[in-house]
Amino acid sequence: MLEIQGLTKRFGGLTAVRDVTTTFERNRINAIIGPNGAGKTTFFNLVSGYHKPTSGRIIFDGQDVTNLRPDQVARLGVARTFQSTTLFDKATVLDNLIVGHRLRTTSTFWDVVFNTGRLKEDEHRCRAKAEEVLDFVGLSSVAHHLAADISQEERKRVAFALALATDPKIVLLDEPAGGVNPEETLGLAELIRKMIRKGLTVCLIEHKMDMIMSLADKIVVLDHGEMIAEGTPAQIRSDQRVIEAYLGADYAAA
Amino acid sequence: MMSKTWQKPLLAVLLLLAIAFPMIAANDYYIYVMSLAYIMAIAAVGLNLILGYTGQLNLAHAGFMAIGAYTVGILTVDYGVPYWIAFVIAGILSAIVGFFAGLLSLRLKGHFFSIFTLCVGFMIYLIIEKWDVLTHGTVGIIDIPAPTGIGPIRFDNTWSQYYLVLFFLVVSLWLMSRIVHSLLGRAFIAIRNGEDLAETLGINLMRTKVLAFVLSTFYAGMAGALYAGFVRFIGPAMALESHTFDMIAFILVGGIGTLFGPLLGAILLTWLTQSLQFLQDFRMIVFGPLLILLVMFFPQGLIGYWRERQARRAAASMQDRRLQRSVIGQQQEVGTNA
Repeated sequence: MLEIQGLTKRFGGLTAVRDVTTTFERNRINAIIGPNGAGKTTFFNLVSGYHKPTSGRIIFDGQDVTNLRPDQVARLGVARTFQSTTLFDKATVLDNLIVGHRLRTTSTFWDVVFNTGRLKEDEHRCRAKAEEVLDFVGLSSVAHHLAADISQEERKRVAFALALATDPKIVLLDEPAGGVNPEETLGLAELIRKMIRKGLTVCLIEHKMDMIMSLADKIVVLDHGEMIAEGTPAQIRSDQRVIEAYLGADYAAA
Repeated sequence: MMSKTWQKPLLAVLLLLAIAFPMIAANDYYIYVMSLAYIMAIAAVGLNLILGYTGQLNLAHAGFMAIGAYTVGILTVDYGVPYWIAFVIAGILSAIVGFFAGLLSLRLKGHFFSIFTLCVGFMIYLIIEKWDVLTHGTVGIIDIPAPTGIGPIRFDNTWSQYYLVLFFLVVSLWLMSRIVHSLLGRAFIAIRNGEDLAETLGINLMRTKVLAFVLSTFYAGMAGALYAGFVRFIGPAMALESHTFDMIAFILVGGIGTLFGPLLGAILLTWLTQSLQFLQDFRMIVFGPLLILLVMFFPQGLIGYWRERQARRAAASMQDRRLQRSVIGQQQEVGTNA
């Protein structure tokens, strides 16, 4: 589904991502872990088109997306969330989500001026999509709340919903459970499984090891921009380099 | 978001008031001042699209208004082109210049964009001032003809010109209402909320921002063209950034990112300035602190404040979980800050 070949990104003298080669399988939960500054978010930025790689290639669904802009990558079916999502606080949650499906519509400025049937149809579809994804993430009850008034966990779910509204094939989640309590983390993990059941592919960055170990099908470990290990949770847990660089003795396989 | 049932009647009443204004006004001078406020409001409505809805502070807006005004001035006075043809060309020319200026300046983000547009505005001013063969330089253009009549309607007195300007104001607001409430408007707002997120949602940043920029400069050009036909004298100073700051003040007072904010601000500030005329230059002593108080206590502007209250009330009536929820929200906020 997503193939990374020799991906490298240098910012001046700093190599944020160095020669990473890996693949993410369709309909699986893939996790990227590593200490702070390991290059995880940079890796996401490369895949989603925010940064142009210094060298290497990114193949998505058989198509080379290495030098595409973020909006072009999004159109092909790569969605992502950010560590913090800026919502329009003075509008309702539902209102915030409607724009998410805009990329699948075709109406132009002239449709707006003449208020054409195509525009009405598009707006109807976007609203229906917003309601659908809001229901999917379990937030229908706060659809008409102001975005300013929802909780941190609900904000995370809205971020998921926004990503889903773009009709993606793969969703990149940057610390989806950052800043929420353990109980809510379980709920978000269940939501990620639900996305897999729906046929999506997920790739996430996370620091909560319990969540990752129970959730991920495949884990990629980055350290100082280099991939030091990849494999199943069991393999990662027993990898000596990973234990030294990141996990610590607590997570070593018993 | 807003309760729509009484929105239409309210708009109808406001429109009737605007139509009745010349009959209520004590003298022609008041009608003249009000017309000027409307013209400035049209320009400010345009600026609000790029500033309030799309989040890009364009400091060259007065420059684009000047391009519209000078197009009408030069074409009608020096080339004998009929007013309405010059009027259409003015809007189109401002938009074309806006397209190229936007293409260039929108490559920059945030403050850098604003500083760049400050320079663009000043360049427009310098070109108008120095290229005197074309623009009459510092002397300005005088004796610009009033808009020519359409059919039986003539625009040779303050009354009829008031209604002409009011007509364009209503059309401007109607079109802007369409734009900002459409999917396109949602794309603009998404860019204001966060460019990275907007791009992730598949919005082509450059194309969308340039479109907002071009539309806003089109509004500026139209306002300038109306101004030229109404005041009938224009000078290079109208391109200066101080006029852009006037429009920003209208937007801030009335409500940034609201449809009627720029209009309310333009009317309020124009009349406030008028009523403080007797203080001459000292009026800034009253004006300045007033603005500061307003920004302190109504940072969203008057309409923004009112709309936020409306939205809260609507949300509260939807569900009464709100109180409980906001308590939890505050606790969590304290948690994240710690």
